[in-house]
Amino acid sequence: MATLDIENMQVVYERPKSLIDVSSHYCPGCTHGTAHRLVAEVLDEMGLSEKTIGVASVGCSVFTYNYFDVDFVQAPHGRAPAMATGVKRVLPDRVVFTYQGDGDMISIGTGEIVAAAGRGENITVIFINNANYGMTGGQMAPTSLPGMITTSSPHGRDVEKMGYPIKASEMLATQEGASYIVRRSLHNAKNIRLAKKAIRMAFETQVRGLGFSMVELLSTCPTNWHQTPIDATKWLEEKMIAYYPIGDYKVHPILNEIKI
Amino acid sequence: MTREFWKGNDAFAEAAIRAGLQAYFGYPITPQTEALEYMSHRMPELGRPFLQAESELGAINMVYGAACTGARVMTSTSSPGTSLMMEGLSYIAGTEVPMVLVDVVRGGPGLGNIAPSQCDYNQMVHGGGHGDYHPIVLAPASVQETVDIVYGMFDIVEKYRAIGVVMIDGSIGQMMEPAEMPPMLDIRKEIPGWAVRGGTGEDRRTLTSLYLAPEEMEKVDLRIMKRWQQIEKNEVRYKEYFMDDAKIAIVGFGSAGRVALSAVRTARSQGIPVGLIRPISLSPFPKNFLSDISEQLDSMLVVEMNSGMMLDDVMSAVKDKTQVEFYGRMGGLIPFPGEILDEINRLAKGVKPLDIHPRDVWLDRMDSIVQ
Amino acid sequence: MPVKGTIRVDENLCKACDLCVESCPQHVIALDNDKITSRGFHPAYLAEDGCTGCGICAIVCPEAAITVYREKKEKI
Repeated sequence: MATLDIENMQVVYERPKSLIDVSSHYCPGCTHGTAHRLVAEVLDEMGLSEKTIGVASVGCSVFTYNYFDVDFVQAPHGRAPAMATGVKRVLPDRVVFTYQGDGDMISIGTGEIVAAAGRGENITVIFINNANYGMTGGQMAPTSLPGMITTSSPHGRDVEKMGYPIKASEMLATQEGASYIVRRSLHNAKNIRLAKKAIRMAFETQVRGLGFSMVELLSTCPTNWHQTPIDATKWLEEKMIAYYPIGDYKVHPILNEIKI
Repeated sequence: MTREFWKGNDAFAEAAIRAGLQAYFGYPITPQTEALEYMSHRMPELGRPFLQAESELGAINMVYGAACTGARVMTSTSSPGTSLMMEGLSYIAGTEVPMVLVDVVRGGPGLGNIAPSQCDYNQMVHGGGHGDYHPIVLAPASVQETVDIVYGMFDIVEKYRAIGVVMIDGSIGQMMEPAEMPPMLDIRKEIPGWAVRGGTGEDRRTLTSLYLAPEEMEKVDLRIMKRWQQIEKNEVRYKEYFMDDAKIAIVGFGSAGRVALSAVRTARSQGIPVGLIRPISLSPFPKNFLSDISEQLDSMLVVEMNSGMMLDDVMSAVKDKTQVEFYGRMGGLIPFPGEILDEINRLAKGVKPLDIHPRDVWLDRMDSIVQ
Repeated sequence: MPVKGTIRVDENLCKACDLCVESCPQHVIALDNDKITSRGFHPAYLAEDGCTGCGICAIVCPEAAITVYREKKEKI
């Protein structure tokens, strides 16, 4: 194979500076890593790291603060939007974002996220939806699909007894205070590119003081779905998108004018 | 400064503001809602953040976030709300950031009622949330004392990176008394070195209460406990009245202590050698003082508006040095001076050693007191 | 002529998840079965000629382990 001299080549893609150069604890193929990378790229591109404070939540992403070269605080399970509110109200010129999974945000944290969206809190929420409680071993989450087998729904999610999955983006978008609520997916390159644009728009929303922004990212969990990373992306595409359509659920009119 | 008529809840809010409070997050709950309302117009008046949260869960976590930035921040609530805040308090303690909580105690357990009580003693003094730490708990007995304690609490919690709880019963929050406000301090400019403000590389800071490795967690626990030892050494507070030649001591905090003082004065005028010890710091508890003074006493009567929570701490401090008995009212009732005077008269006649716990003696006696 | 590109995979970060292998439109990435990283993975590497420096592998990589290079085109 011909070796190419990288000295004379241009770098087309590289690890973002705001992503600390350490190996993460996430499973092979887990799209948490992808989401982290996209957020770091956006912080780099917008030059925000020096003034950003992240709020880590509880779940597989509890160690988010080890991966970003920004200040971080650690919130109790579900409380990140409230903690972010505390930080943002005292330091309104900082960029404050939460990074939350589905169990954290829309199970124990329903109160906090609805209130933050309702208040139009000028924070950004990165919401990782992988349809289960990953860190604790794959229990059913509010976002688990009907019929989905998890460790706490061993016969499959029976909607009669266990209810229907919660569609967070649709629900939060009904709030007046919500300014940018979109759902994207991380299952292939095309969608990852679109996800990055959405994350950029979400941080633009905050920086322009336009209110509450959230990007829901459909994500894989190969380990708890008992699939290979590649199969997990296929399962996401075939099963999750039908239930959680990719789309824009709330977009502040001013955002439509922004060209990036 | 002039003395003005102040409602307790309004007074502690103003006192905190004068101490340089930078943010207030709270939630309505009787009997402290006036504090939230006072803050809702006074904080924006001064350009400082105020927010009514979605719940006490929201409020304590907003306080947590703000505290991590090094700001002077507080919340206030009442007993059921305090229970909701326990999780947040524990996280705040584990992260070693300072904050102030005012707990305006009401009857319980459960939804209880909105009448004054002291039944949060165990929850705050022996708890405050899960884990190895102790909050500082101070119990004023008047509106003025509440003002002074709240005003000074911010310096204390920042010195020790601790949680400071000012625990008042509902009556102190609700009543109006003359009080003098302390001078208005400017918002502090210095930011503590540990605070999260936005930084990268070497300036990057992370504040967490998560220490997965037990050895690391133990180091944190030891650090917290060593600071607690300092707090025990430096922050014990109490007041004593007529104790020089007392043979009987009433021990009561907050309103119970205040009502007992009336009874003590009356008893003294009748020639009974009785005095009052009013602990102000419940945590750290004035155990050394109680132990020392019990040597001169024939008996000690602990009076509380609960089922005898401080009673256990008194007994532990005093051991066998004197006879400890108990009188209490619960459920939102405040004892009258007459009730305590009856107890003083009973003790003055002489005590027989108890073969059951003083709480059980009191519970038996309550059968005839409560119809 | 298609643009020439190449990649470097950081073996401290690669977890052999196979996503880059599967996503590469030129099918030139593979996991190196002759190598095991300190983390116990067969790292991804450029196994054949034909990389165009499109960057898709880096986009799908959850570990941000891939740096993508593309030859500079001479301006005419």
